[in-house]
Amino acid sequence: MRLPLWCFLSVFYSVAAHAADGDALLQSECAACHNLTGPAAATVAELRTRKAPDLFYAGNKFRREWLVRWLQQPTRVRPAGFLFLNHIKPGAKSDVVDAASLPTHPALDTARATAAADALMNLRPHDALIAKEKLAAGTLSRAMGEMVFDKFSGCLACHLIEPEYGGVSGPELYSAGTRLQAEYIASIVRTPQAWQPKTWMPDKHISDANIVKIVRYLDTLSKENKHE
Amino acid sequence: MNKLKIRLKKADFYVFSGCERMIIGLKIAVFSLFFAPGALFASDTAADNYALYCVQCHGLRGDGKGINIRDMSVQPRDHTDAKAMSGRSDAEIFKAIKEGGLAIDKSVQMPPWAEVLSDAEITGLVSYLRTLCKCSNGAGK
Repeated sequence: MRLPLWCFLSVFYSVAAHAADGDALLQSECAACHNLTGPAAATVAELRTRKAPDLFYAGNKFRREWLVRWLQQPTRVRPAGFLFLNHIKPGAKSDVVDAASLPTHPALDTARATAAADALMNLRPHDALIAKEKLAAGTLSRAMGEMVFDKFSGCLACHLIEPEYGGVSGPELYSAGTRLQAEYIASIVRTPQAWQPKTWMPDKHISDANIVKIVRYLDTLSKENKHE
Repeated sequence: MNKLKIRLKKADFYVFSGCERMIIGLKIAVFSLFFAPGALFASDTAADNYALYCVQCHGLRGDGKGINIRDMSVQPRDHTDAKAMSGRSDAEIFKAIKEGGLAIDKSVQMPPWAEVLSDAEITGLVSYLRTLCKCSNGAGK
């Protein structure tokens, strides 16, 4: 059966309109705080002027389904804000997060969240970095994963693995398995500075085998914690 | 014919002149890269680097009380502790920053910063730490 031309054109124009809506949405709602075009900050001073995480490689980083959900019901991914330096103050026992200084992310309705997520997923300047990561499917127990993540690699120092357990200068990782693409996790662990020259995430020279274990551990964590 | 020759000579002259200009430009760029990198790239101060890489664990005051310490199995070094800091040589501190805690038989939680900091920047950080502890270089001092 041949479909009439108007049918094909209406589908084409609705897809094109959706993409245009998403791009326009990113410009009107996101660009004021997020960098959508790159490049990454080249100096600490420049980094300190950025209000929110760069999104110019969002399509290489996030899972689309997580973006659609999160944009409708945003939760705090970074307990000390995008850049901890801009949101901490000296406390009685230690430095503390100045909660009053943390911005709240606006929520979008389903249609706008879907359009924004689709537009973000088109931002993929780092396909080559992602393509370098070859991850075989597999699982890892929480105990074994924690051994690699904490004891061997020291990642717990900066990342929460439960809502109230771990460090806070980096993003929480108990939902990373549902939030981030597995290849992105592997790549950012392997060469953080390839993504952000001025990231405070160190390159700890973690072996290929342990990078795979960390990816699987974060997947296990996200399933166990069910925090999305 | 004579006119053509003159034109060719002029053209040849300008081609060589352009190449020469390019070579001179490249020489200046290479010289700047090796001898004055700051002229080509904006650089961070030791205080900038301390803020971004060290404060998260060692604290805004450098006293080892950063925002990450609550669940750490080993507490970060207090950089204001003159007694402890003077017990470490500049070379040991340099090695700890560049290669991480394990390189000096300390905690894996102290990461290696070799991939983000040049040797010159690490040397700058060592000097910065000496201002925090108000102490001098040298083992056992």
